[in-house]
Amino acid sequence: MIALNVNRRQYSVDVDPATPLLWVIRENIGLAGTKYGCGMAQCGACTVHIDGEAVRSCVTPVSRAAGKIVTTIEGLSADLSHPLQQAWIAEDVPQCGYCQSGQIMSAAVLLRENSKPTDSDIDDAMSGNICRCGTYPRIRRAIRRAAQLMASGGAK
Amino acid sequence: MNIATGMRRRDFFKAGAALGGGLLISFYLPELSGTSETDRAKETFAPNAFIRIGTDDSVTIIVNKAEMGQGVYTSMPMLIAEELEADWSRIRVESAPVDPAYNHAVFGIQMTGGSTSVNSEWERLRKAGAMARMMLIAAAAQTWNVNAQSCRAESGYVIHAASNRRLSFGALADSAVKMEPPKEVVLKDPKDYKLIGKPTHRLDTPSKINGTAQFGLDVRIPGMLTAVLARPPVFGAKAVRINDEKAKSVPGVAAVVSVRAGVAVVASGFWPAKLGRDALDIVWEEGPNATLSTASLREQYANLAKTPGAVARKDGDPTQTLASAAKQVTAEYEVPYLAHAMMEPLNCLVDLRSDRCEIWTGTQFQTVDRAAAAAVAGLKPEQVQIHTTLLGGGFGRRANPVSDFVVEAVEVAKAVGAPVKVIWTREDDIRGGWYRPMWYDRLAAGLDAAGNPVAWTHTIVGQSILAGTMFESVMVKNGIDGSSVEGAAELPYAIPNVLVDLHSPKVGVPVQWWRSVGHSHTGFVVESFLDELAHTAGKDPYEFRRALLAHQPRYLGVLELAASKAKWGAPLPGGRARGIAVHFSFDSYVAQVAEASVADDGTVRVHRVVCAVDCGRVVNPDTVVAQMEGGIIFGLTAALKGEITLERGRVQQRNFHDYPMLRMNEAPDIEVYIVPSTEHPTGVGEPGVPAVAPAVANAIFAATGKRVRRLPVRASDLRKA
Amino acid sequence: MHIRWNWKRKTIAALLLGAASLWAGTGRLSTRGGSRVRADYPAGRPATVRTVSDDAAARAAFLAAAPVFTHPRCQNCHPAGDAPLQGDDSHPHAQSVKRGPDGRGKYGMKCSACHQLTNLPGANMPPGAPNWHLPPPNMRMVFVGRTPGELCRQLKDPSQNGGKTIHQIIEHVASDKLVLWGWNPGEGRTTPPLGHTEFAGLMNQWASNGAACPETAENR
Repeated sequence: MIALNVNRRQYSVDVDPATPLLWVIRENIGLAGTKYGCGMAQCGACTVHIDGEAVRSCVTPVSRAAGKIVTTIEGLSADLSHPLQQAWIAEDVPQCGYCQSGQIMSAAVLLRENSKPTDSDIDDAMSGNICRCGTYPRIRRAIRRAAQLMASGGAK
Repeated sequence: MNIATGMRRRDFFKAGAALGGGLLISFYLPELSGTSETDRAKETFAPNAFIRIGTDDSVTIIVNKAEMGQGVYTSMPMLIAEELEADWSRIRVESAPVDPAYNHAVFGIQMTGGSTSVNSEWERLRKAGAMARMMLIAAAAQTWNVNAQSCRAESGYVIHAASNRRLSFGALADSAVKMEPPKEVVLKDPKDYKLIGKPTHRLDTPSKINGTAQFGLDVRIPGMLTAVLARPPVFGAKAVRINDEKAKSVPGVAAVVSVRAGVAVVASGFWPAKLGRDALDIVWEEGPNATLSTASLREQYANLAKTPGAVARKDGDPTQTLASAAKQVTAEYEVPYLAHAMMEPLNCLVDLRSDRCEIWTGTQFQTVDRAAAAAVAGLKPEQVQIHTTLLGGGFGRRANPVSDFVVEAVEVAKAVGAPVKVIWTREDDIRGGWYRPMWYDRLAAGLDAAGNPVAWTHTIVGQSILAGTMFESVMVKNGIDGSSVEGAAELPYAIPNVLVDLHSPKVGVPVQWWRSVGHSHTGFVVESFLDELAHTAGKDPYEFRRALLAHQPRYLGVLELAASKAKWGAPLPGGRARGIAVHFSFDSYVAQVAEASVADDGTVRVHRVVCAVDCGRVVNPDTVVAQMEGGIIFGLTAALKGEITLERGRVQQRNFHDYPMLRMNEAPDIEVYIVPSTEHPTGVGEPGVPAVAPAVANAIFAATGKRVRRLPVRASDLRKA
Repeated sequence: MHIRWNWKRKTIAALLLGAASLWAGTGRLSTRGGSRVRADYPAGRPATVRTVSDDAAARAAFLAAAPVFTHPRCQNCHPAGDAPLQGDDSHPHAQSVKRGPDGRGKYGMKCSACHQLTNLPGANMPPGAPNWHLPPPNMRMVFVGRTPGELCRQLKDPSQNGGKTIHQIIEHVASDKLVLWGWNPGEGRTTPPLGHTEFAGLMNQWASNGAACPETAENR
């Protein structure tokens, strides 16, 4: 049994420790917001946080998350109040939406570490997340907007 | 698949009829056949198949189009809400069940594709909204015992201003049910639009940023198993010997079953299913496709391109004029097979019982899938219900002519006797075929002494998408698959002598429509070659196009808008150069100007793309902009990176490391400008794609003097010697 | 960069042959001089303080070891710029990964976002080892495009090597798990031209002979 803390809730799962965290989150815990896109850390659709750091859950053995704090898109905010979510709505970022959980989880680490990201910072933070619909220009704008929201205290 | 093209529109009607889909006239508002899940509580006012108004004031719009990113879960409700005068904040969206009521208003089957959703629903959904509004007003008028003419609807209420009374739609739902549906509806004057034409936030965004949006891959039902298939290494190969001992010993693996598509490992979840699949030991009989290679196909195609094909268009005497022209230009162009690579890999969940079958999947092709599933299940189509989930991208792949991803899932479920979700790995998806065809084109043109083109010949070689499908009989005419020559046969330039002909070799690689279909290749070829002619004539490529499009006002409109916004002709910094292209597809006109630079090592950087689009009247301008942005990124990925190749019958690519996508650090700045128009609304999902590759290739030529005639662009061809 | 690497590989191969003969000679010399320098010094054991300064032997040993540093498995995380490289052609890392403030990547693209403690099964899967990282920006330890002489001087320079003594450098190349990963790089990846034991032995040779750096014109 592996003990996991996901979005501030305790779980105990009976899986092979080598199983990718992605499938444990999706199938054992039942949180489907984290997506499968490539299975080899190429696309970023599966991005979650372990102790606040982004990881590609499709290549992360569940054993690595044992005893750590896992946060998924469902745990980002209960009510769409996170500045990134507000900015994503304001800029109408998603098209198909499949990659957006991962995009937002990557952007969250960026803004935590750099409250005023430049274009080049956004490139450095976001180039691991593929969007086949091509929402990159809007993701860029939304990250800037979220940074402004945070600076002005407009969102928690 | 341009629906404005009369011929093809009729053809699709026939195709629909052939599929057993009922024919609908746009202005007929269908009612449900009565057996579906939307046949709900009696207190609900459901005046037609698209609207349900609850006594709690909820307004549910049933959308018959698959939401794959193109914004139909917002644009379709906008059409209805505009005429219904609903409170936009109360609108909820539900995906339509499979029912003839939801057939494509033009194509006659239930499907999403061809950039036709707004184009084809423009009249019908506004009328659906107006009809409901009139019934609500009639109910209120009766309640108040006043003349309906003295009442109006606004933001979810019917209002009688004279007596200062109002009733909400919910309060009127019960009595509206009893009203006689109006025989005729009057639609709003466009100047009174409150929603249409205004940038409107997408209704599906909140669910897509908090993890609640449900894609096919996310659906779970009790007792469900998960399957991953070992698929043939060569198209059409058959498993002749299967050793599944190791696969079955993987904890969690429940069964190994053979289906036509391959060998399925069925397990408690994806991971054991995948481990089991990887542990299978299969001997394949590879069949005739085992010798396929890109190199030999190129050679074959190049030879074919030198011979005359089936004639798709002939004006004047192109051959003779060409021979006697003052200057001749010839060139060969080629583009590779491309995979759709939607972010959500294909998947399909099937719950098959003795008397019914329920399917959950993200599909663009409900009528076709249902018929195919029913045939495999041994049921009638009416016994099969498809729940269309959100699609994590479609781009055409989820409208498969043989319903491949649905049929195999039904077969697996049938073999296992339990609900099963088949999940494709990314490798399965990239290697699974149904590609945009590989194309090889040979062009020649003659210029007169003044540099004006007088003859144009264009021979196209590539597989037909429609051949061998149920659409062939009605959509392939005289050896011409319209989708093979679209964008080439309707060459808009004022050239008096034109020949466009086609070879459609049969190759064992499954091919399919891929965002913008034939235009994805003809846009590149035609607009690049035209650029060659401009340079040969010593003319500015923009002015050259303008002169040849003098009689094409809507082409000119986008061309001039894009050029002026891009400041065509103004100096650019640091090795950058501009390229321009204009293309008509899906009844919309798009011009793009790309700014690119080429590093010494041949690496191309696209800095900026300016896009002008004329898609008639616009429903949601923000969606038009988003679709152009997305189309440009999609087209750039193909132009700069995309390539599926074959060796010994095997696809050489398998995941995003060797079939790469454009990433954030490579995405250009994109500006989109919309030409104001009161014409009928036309497509936006695909028309953003075709112009970007030639705009970039033409910019590369302007920057380096090197002509890109083969995609993807290769740094090795552009490296400084 | 690519072209240069090919050129260098040939040169280095030639040097390696030369070094091997020199090395044999050194062995004889050493025996005659009664010193304790050996070609077969066990890997993993740091050089002792009892070094004898034999510049020619040290240079020869370093020249022989140098191709390891510029093999893709090693140089890909010792790039000239701020982005790690990938593959045997040392192309820029696909996700535009950056070195970051401490060599561990940046923002949501820290090395550990994808690289685990061990390699993952399957071709092209992210390789893994404990403490996966690049040198930090204040101590970049560039291998790409460096001649053996440049590599050697950089390695010895405390201001460029993180204040390490020669002893610590030898310990590092002999036993650091990330260094050792180069010889266990996961499915489909080539390994450096020398075995790790051989490499560590040569580095020991270099150190115990006084750690002189190659000085000839073409190796400087």
